[in-house]
Amino acid sequence: MSRRTETLLWMAQRASAAVLALCVLVHLATIIYAVQGGLTGAEILARTRGNTAWFAFYAVFVLAVAVHAPIGLRVVLAEWFGWRGRARDFALIAFAVVLAGMGFQAVRGVYA
Amino acid sequence: MSRTLALAHRLSGIALAIFLPAHFWVLSRALELDAFLAWSEQPAVKAAEWGLVTLLALHLAGGVRVLMLEFLPWREWAKGLAALAAGFAVAAGLAFALAL
Amino acid sequence: MSATLQVRVWRGGARGAYREYEVPRRESQTVLDVVTHIQRAIDPTLAYRYACRVGMCGSCAMTVNGAPRWTCRTHVDKVARDGRLAIAPLRNLPVIRDLVADMREFFDKWARAQGQFKGARTRADDFERISPDSEARRRADAAIECIGCGVCYAACDVVAANPGYLGPAALNRAWTLVNDARDTAQGARLRAVAGDRASLACHTHMSCTERCPKALSPTAGIAGLKRAISRAALQGKL
Repeated sequence: MSRRTETLLWMAQRASAAVLALCVLVHLATIIYAVQGGLTGAEILARTRGNTAWFAFYAVFVLAVAVHAPIGLRVVLAEWFGWRGRARDFALIAFAVVLAGMGFQAVRGVYA
Repeated sequence: MSRTLALAHRLSGIALAIFLPAHFWVLSRALELDAFLAWSEQPAVKAAEWGLVTLLALHLAGGVRVLMLEFLPWREWAKGLAALAAGFAVAAGLAFALAL
Repeated sequence: MSATLQVRVWRGGARGAYREYEVPRRESQTVLDVVTHIQRAIDPTLAYRYACRVGMCGSCAMTVNGAPRWTCRTHVDKVARDGRLAIAPLRNLPVIRDLVADMREFFDKWARAQGQFKGARTRADDFERISPDSEARRRADAAIECIGCGVCYAACDVVAANPGYLGPAALNRAWTLVNDARDTAQGARLRAVAGDRASLACHTHMSCTERCPKALSPTAGIAGLKRAISRAALQGKL
């Protein structure tokens, strides 16, 4: 992998981290607020069903996660398991696709 | 302090990477949300949820610290960042626990 | 204060063992005093390095009770909890023998990070005027005092986990040159310090900054390199 690509991966990691910092803060605040007094499926869905704002928010969230998590794991796999090279990178791309796919399924599940 | 936080940051990242697919899967089955929520009333599950919220807050705080160190000009005040991050995670965990 | 110290010292190469010595305790004693006493009065076969013994050269760096330090500047009172000391060679470097580490890899990485000045002027040219107050020169000056002692390299967790990682000292030196307006090798240097083997691998544990005996901050320099590399990548210059 070229130095330029490695640098761009690093930048994507930091950029997605910044996006996630905002998303997670909102998400944490929402969870803590929503969980008070018990939580029902109806309450969650009442908030998310047909709500384009929440849909957009979670879509961005999922995308950022699909970028951030695999790049993060890339370093862990190299440093703690000695796994470097193309096979590792392909596995992580596959993981990114899975995360994005499942994430969007989830967002659709609570929006539709 | 920074080394410990960095380790916690890494471990929480791994845990979240493992947890997220499961999280997405549960949400995609929205029709069965109430059944899932009933199951999640068990104290063991509540404890796990608390753990996840704390891990999320920890990973966020550790990550923000890295972003600050890498992109903002800093000198002496950088030393307190690790403690601040840990404090934020504890606060978030407490807030969640109290809200339950 | 106990009358003697129980000192465990690493003997051997990569494979070896700690051997225990009893050393008389003295006032204002440094760890280097302890090692020197062992070699002169107890076991002349002990191999160790030192030169200036006054905190200027960095040759006496060793691992003392788990942390890399200059032994000539480490008072026994500060580190010998209940009269016990454990002394080993610097971490992350091959051991030649006993307390002597092989510094070649440390300096090889310095070279690989393009840690040498490359100028364009000759003695026939006029001096280049650099203001000591300029932003770039201030940044270089904040990092320039490194004497290559290896303490930061020994302290670094990423060096331990990632054998190709250039390490804090090499990158810190590269940073001083990136900020040197007279240097003409900036392109090659940025390429040398980009990528997974170089500045991008730093995880900001800050062990280097914590342990540097000259109070330098390689973490800050490496962060600066990260920013410079990102800019270069965006401009297609990498």
